[in-house]
Amino acid sequence: MTLAARLGTNVLRALLLALFAFAIFGPLLNLGLWAFAERWYFPSKLPLEYGFTFWARVFAPRGNAIASLGTSIWIALLTVAFSLAVAIPAGYALGRLKLPLRGAILLAFLLPQAVPNLPVYVNIAQVFYQIGLAGTITGVVLVHASHGLVLAVWIASAAFASVDGSLEEAARNIGASAWTCFRTITLPLAAPGLMASAIFVFLESLDEFTGTYFVGVPDVTTLPLLMFNASMGGNYQIASITALLLLVPSIGFMLVVERFLKADVLAMVGR
Amino acid sequence: MATVAEDGIATTPGGHGRWAALALVAPALVVVGVFFVVPLLLSAVGAFRAADGGFTLAHFEKSLELYARDLMFTLGIVALSTALIAVVAIAIAGYLTLGESPRAVAVLRWLYRWPLFIPFVVTGQVMRTFLAKNGMLNHALIGTGLIEPISAQSMLDWRGIVIAFVWKQAPFVTLLVAGAMAALAREHIEAARNLGAPRWRVLLDIVLPQVRGTLLVGLVLSFVTMLSVLSVPLMINPNSPTMITVDVAYRINTFADYAVANALCLLTLLLAAFGAAFYLRHAVRRAESTS
Repeated sequence: MTLAARLGTNVLRALLLALFAFAIFGPLLNLGLWAFAERWYFPSKLPLEYGFTFWARVFAPRGNAIASLGTSIWIALLTVAFSLAVAIPAGYALGRLKLPLRGAILLAFLLPQAVPNLPVYVNIAQVFYQIGLAGTITGVVLVHASHGLVLAVWIASAAFASVDGSLEEAARNIGASAWTCFRTITLPLAAPGLMASAIFVFLESLDEFTGTYFVGVPDVTTLPLLMFNASMGGNYQIASITALLLLVPSIGFMLVVERFLKADVLAMVGR
Repeated sequence: MATVAEDGIATTPGGHGRWAALALVAPALVVVGVFFVVPLLLSAVGAFRAADGGFTLAHFEKSLELYARDLMFTLGIVALSTALIAVVAIAIAGYLTLGESPRAVAVLRWLYRWPLFIPFVVTGQVMRTFLAKNGMLNHALIGTGLIEPISAQSMLDWRGIVIAFVWKQAPFVTLLVAGAMAALAREHIEAARNLGAPRWRVLLDIVLPQVRGTLLVGLVLSFVTMLSVLSVPLMINPNSPTMITVDVAYRINTFADYAVANALCLLTLLLAAFGAAFYLRHAVRRAESTS
């Protein structure tokens, strides 16, 4: 390759990468500008004035955002607790034990990924409305957990399957009971995977919109719903600040995710 | 893997093992059954039930009469997005696998995955500002002289939805495909390169056929996910023609019309059915063969 051709290739490559960087970060940067814009009218390219007035409003001690953030985190924690409580035994059985009807059971845990969730939310909302669960934290947690659970089962079963069976056998041979063996050998070895599934379920719940939109109205306002309402009400600053709050855990997790999980487990995740 | 499973049996002694295992799975199955499968069946029942409890197709007639255009619009948007996601994912994953400049590969690997876990509702807000007439995209196009200020236009219509979907879902499919490509044996690739095949030929003829399954799984999951996203079309393009999810929310919020909403949901399920069937077959087979 001649020097000129190589230079051309390099310039083209840099240009394409710059274009791609703009496609990824441009939208995020635009959001950042809105979060700090005091005034921004057409046709000016940049905000006319920057400031923190809207931040003060969002973070006011009695502001809606703080309340929604609290609601969101509380719902996410309850969802994690509930999901893991049922997913850990199920994951253990799927990962380590011989199950009858294994194929059918796997199918049941894959179904929520493969079917559009909208019909489910719509009908759960109707049923919950009749039995008084609509608009309650319990109702929203149940909806989030029925989805988060599936992720948790898959990640937990992968975590249990990767525990070395000979260690358990050694413990059993020197007289440990099945429960002691599970508690002191299997569970600690699977802990990193279970931690990952907890984080995943937490994020899923924190970011969930459609289910909460149908089941949570009118009393449960999570952060995504608050953001949506602010945006539809034309308040781009409040919406953008709330969106930034939601971005922090998402991007933080994206940056560390490969330490926790392999790509084939990530295949289970899709909202 | 098989030996691990054998060892697992040893920890639950006797013939009770199978029932013990079922008992461990039961609570999770019940939750999925009650909060997922039952509502899904209710949707199917509600779509065919007349006010007097009898069987009717009237809800479907009404749905098609009112929303046939939106069904086509939805299918068009989701199909186009899926196709674009495939192109973007293959291009990025292909460069990550075959790229010759280590620095460019590293930069690209760091760049592409930022939208991976950003929720759809945030993506909607981000694109709502970015693609608006006064958004950064238009200012960038004007600033670089690509368009005149007068011809700046809002992209908040079907294009906005497609861009939002591709921006959000392409990193996910890329991650899967790049993972599968990285696991391939390098000999064939090296051999083809040594014989002088250009990189795009190596990508299309040698690498791509070997990761076809992973690519299709990623695309099917994205297709199904996009079909039931409500926030993005609501925020970017709420007016007719719009996506079916918006119509469902409208039927419920404005008329409490669950019958037509369920009929629309069932039609969406029909759109997803082919993809879902393919995915479930593939995933169950893989899960059974590896554990």
